[in-house]
Amino acid sequence: MFAPEFDYHKASSVAEAIQLLGANDGAKLIAGGHSLIPLLKLRLARPTALIDIGDISDLKRIIINNETVSIGALATHWDIASSHDVKHACSMLAEVAGGIGDSQVRNRGTIGGNVVHADPASDWPTVLTALNARFVIQGPGGASRTAAPEDFFLGPLTTNLADNELLTAVEVPSFAANQRSEYAKIAHPASGYAVVGGAVVVTMDGERCTAASIAVGGLVPAPVRASSVERALIGQTLNVENIMAASNQVVNDLGSNIIGDFYASATYRRAMAAVEIRHALFHITGEAHVGSRAVSVIHGVQYVPVDREAIPVSDPGSIADPVSSTESVNTENQPRKRWWEFWRRS
Amino acid sequence: MTTERKIRLTVNGKAYESLVPVRMTLVDFLRGELDLTGTHVGCEHGVCGACTILVDGSAMRSCLMLAVQADGANLMTVEGLAEGPELHPLQRAFQRNHALQCGFCTPGLLMTAYEFLRDTSSPTEEQVREGISGNICRCTGYAPIVQAILDVSQEAG
Repeated sequence: MFAPEFDYHKASSVAEAIQLLGANDGAKLIAGGHSLIPLLKLRLARPTALIDIGDISDLKRIIINNETVSIGALATHWDIASSHDVKHACSMLAEVAGGIGDSQVRNRGTIGGNVVHADPASDWPTVLTALNARFVIQGPGGASRTAAPEDFFLGPLTTNLADNELLTAVEVPSFAANQRSEYAKIAHPASGYAVVGGAVVVTMDGERCTAASIAVGGLVPAPVRASSVERALIGQTLNVENIMAASNQVVNDLGSNIIGDFYASATYRRAMAAVEIRHALFHITGEAHVGSRAVSVIHGVQYVPVDREAIPVSDPGSIADPVSSTESVNTENQPRKRWWEFWRRS
Repeated sequence: MTTERKIRLTVNGKAYESLVPVRMTLVDFLRGELDLTGTHVGCEHGVCGACTILVDGSAMRSCLMLAVQADGANLMTVEGLAEGPELHPLQRAFQRNHALQCGFCTPGLLMTAYEFLRDTSSPTEEQVREGISGNICRCTGYAPIVQAILDVSQEAG
């Protein structure tokens, strides 16, 4: 498979890359190339020119101070996963990075390339939304701006980055001592991409949750904040009943545009959003280890659900009712009973 | 339009200088221009891992890199494992454990395992399976492959 013909430039600085972007209409930046090269080969992208920013060492830096972890756009997933400083300042970043793709992908793929690609099934957009990240963007003439995840991710493969702008870094607030986090996903069994992913960051005062930042992805065009779940958790003790009740609220945050395909229907994904959020919360509270069959979904290619027997749910209806809460999804092939029986059986 | 570009790189300790089309992938360059056909081309879009090589010491998929991106890099391919007629211990372990059937995935698996064993001492079976999760064997002969990697790790360790 060959890419279509393109012009090639190598940029040695951010300023030069932005200047080249301005001078070449229809040009694209390339770093690790793990998102762009498949698109080129499949002819889904036909840039007139590629501007290689892979050697700009300024963009590879990870800078950590008391409040912020600043990750250069060219830091690879491996760089992030293997950094003790990142683990110390914001453990979630390192944990998620270590679970992306496989070792070859982590060695070459960059966080910047991942987020500007904005694949709805990707882990970073969901996790960075929950982490309240700031995307640092540079434009022509040294102009710099930042964007919040809600403004940055516009839809599938679409961000608010302009044609002549370059993402230089992703900034994430460092964790406080009383903050806990977890990312849980249903990983596609072949690709490992998130069918549904839930990222949870909670601030605890003893057993009580004083702040929550929760995002879901994989099932929506761009990651969404689960504001209803956050509101339901704040001020509550993180016990099984409260977590079950709060996580069910996520259906109010998903909107009507739910992704479905031959692997997982929209109805199924919608129902699983609450499950992944509570899976993450149960990991945080330790509940997921009851029954000992839960494995960290971040590190495993295999998805083993929480032991449902350990969780006191007698009524399937207490899980978000996906059928009544939407009109646009096709429920014919996925009767609600079927997935519930699957959970009971497993 | 710059459709060709000169690159310099080192492959298995040997320096090369070559004029390459900018849209040529690294694996096509290795196989077609340098005649190093040990590296295999499987899916060509970054899924199967057959084209895995070491780029500056890290295992990467050479079908998802352009040859021009490897300008200045130090590469190691499967041809760099053996020393003359003497197989690398990892290759011997594959042979001993019958860890290849059709052999198509073998070069990629060897390079992935080479990096994995360099970075992981005394791995568990689970770690090995996670370590090679980016390589697909369509003969599904994973059990002897995992065994070979465990075998050589004990030999080394």
